[in-house]
Amino acid sequence: MNLSSVSTGIQRSFPFVRHLTPPLIALLLAVLLFFAGGLVKPNFVNINQATNIVRLAAFLGIIAAGQTLVIISGGEGIDLSVGAIVTLAAMLTFRYTNGNNGLIWWGFVLSCGAGLAVGFVNGLGIALLRIPPLVMTLGMTGVVQGTILVVTQGEMLGAAPPLMAKWIARPLVFGLPGVIFIWLALGVLMWLLLNRTTYGKHLFAIGTNRTAARLSGVRVQQVVMITYMLSGLLAGFGGFILLGFSQTVFLQLGNNYLFPSIAAVVVGGTLLTGGMGSYWGTMSGALVLTLIDSLLRAMELEQAYQLIIVGIILLALITVYGRQRSLRQ
Amino acid sequence: MNSVRLQHFLTRNTYLFSLLLLAILLSVNYSLQDNLFELRVLNNSMRTLLPLILLAVGQSVVVIGGGIDLSVGTMVSMLVAVLVKLINAESSAADIALAVLAACGVGIVAGSLNGLAVSYLRLQPIVTTYATSFIFSGVALLLLPRPGGQIPTELRRFYAQTPYGVPLSFYVIGVLLLLWTLIRSTRYAQYLFATGSHSQAAYTSGVPVRVVRFSTYVWAGFFAGLAATALTFSTGSGQANIGDNMTLDSIVAVVLGGTRLSGGKGGIAGAIIGVMILRVIRNVIFFADVPTWSQTLVNALIIIAALAGPGLFGLVRRMVKK
Repeated sequence: MNLSSVSTGIQRSFPFVRHLTPPLIALLLAVLLFFAGGLVKPNFVNINQATNIVRLAAFLGIIAAGQTLVIISGGEGIDLSVGAIVTLAAMLTFRYTNGNNGLIWWGFVLSCGAGLAVGFVNGLGIALLRIPPLVMTLGMTGVVQGTILVVTQGEMLGAAPPLMAKWIARPLVFGLPGVIFIWLALGVLMWLLLNRTTYGKHLFAIGTNRTAARLSGVRVQQVVMITYMLSGLLAGFGGFILLGFSQTVFLQLGNNYLFPSIAAVVVGGTLLTGGMGSYWGTMSGALVLTLIDSLLRAMELEQAYQLIIVGIILLALITVYGRQRSLRQ
Repeated sequence: MNSVRLQHFLTRNTYLFSLLLLAILLSVNYSLQDNLFELRVLNNSMRTLLPLILLAVGQSVVVIGGGIDLSVGTMVSMLVAVLVKLINAESSAADIALAVLAACGVGIVAGSLNGLAVSYLRLQPIVTTYATSFIFSGVALLLLPRPGGQIPTELRRFYAQTPYGVPLSFYVIGVLLLLWTLIRSTRYAQYLFATGSHSQAAYTSGVPVRVVRFSTYVWAGFFAGLAATALTFSTGSGQANIGDNMTLDSIVAVVLGGTRLSGGKGGIAGAIIGVMILRVIRNVIFFADVPTWSQTLVNALIIIAALAGPGLFGLVRRMVKK
């Protein structure tokens, strides 16, 4: 008896299990992990800790929004440049606002504009020149990092506007930091984009089957272009938001979010093969990953064991529902 | 040669475009650095290049089989840690041989873990190997909490030798290419290319797809062992993240070498050429006196241009057809 027949067996005997979609599993897992934290460390379960975890997850979740779109678009879609774009956007805001509250909007525009520009080049390479997304976006990572070095000449000069920390990272309303509201608003916007617009419909269509989509009148190249541009834009926005929390910029700032952004999408049940997924899955995925991280930190394990445990948990998570179709089916 | 046969020749030998690119870059490099082909200089470059070449060869087998392995770099880190643990300044030749066998053995076990997860549990390769890369980093850090290690001086001298005036690395590359040519004519290679180009059709026509896919990851693990060996022999010591950055380089090298990332097309010659291209680009930038802070950008732009080359060709052809 193999794993899949076990799971059908479980579904038959417990009908409610059938309604457990991957995003829901991830959300339940997040809640479970949070209370498991209480067993490891008695003072882990409290409202401040919960707020802090959601706050940390929000940054990852915002950065992973564009990644969700790119992965849904299929065609081996993946965006490895989000990490570099996050750093670029944070650097630009840091440098050009130079701590001036009045210039925050310019920082916002610069961040999103830079992200959009990188995404545009990614889209050109992928849609027009048919360079595989993985290497195109990897190559653009080098270009973006190179640009950062040329602009900064190795010195991160500037300052974060104090107002950004106040709006984004510190408690704003009901003791909740602004970034949580921004994340929720983005969640609503992403849901509308994916489920209520023509673009969303076309995105799922090209993710499922590009040939079929083209034959039914979808302009595949155009949708791919828009997707990578949105991904760049959202990563730029993520970098802008992240600066409100990090307060400083360094070259590897965004790198720590690159692969977690992909993992959050996958843990949230979006198929890496494209055509299926949701942003609220990614939101749950970001919560799960942040919780695992906080939990391991709370346990104060050696870094080596932390790494091994994260690897095993990730493997276990994707074994539960990241499996591909059997060749026999 | 008539056009059909020419076309066949070109599709079979996907590395020809890369070879042309390498030749152009090499001549630019030579015009800037006239001692490029002096034995000492050449041997030095090849010696530091061999680890990535070996790793990219393993990666290209995985990619041809339709997968990808994001864990190879951390695997190298882990296996260097294994080697550094087993070798010290007084190790005998037999000890060293055993250590190398152990590293390759651990590499094969690590590769089997990837292979099992991807092929038998049917997990998506990118996230699976990303997840296992955490495990390998963790083990590397457990084995080697602090950088260190020593190898016998004779070993470093052995690795730096140039029999008959040719760097040792070229012999290794020659053996690899010879073995690949032999393997290409076996049924295993047919199965490998069939699995990579269309796994469903391959399965239906009786190809043991799961075994083949599994084997590609085992190869990657084995080559990570060889890469770790070459790296340890050339640097003489190790640290727990020494190979981590090699993963993405190995993938870029494979693609620059003309191997298709979606599988079923390519070969190891391309991967070797790809690694050389990456190195020659870096050489050119260094000797062309590009300002320090612009080097990363120029490097990345040349790589993008190299990646875009075949794409531009395809775009023009598509437009002409219309």
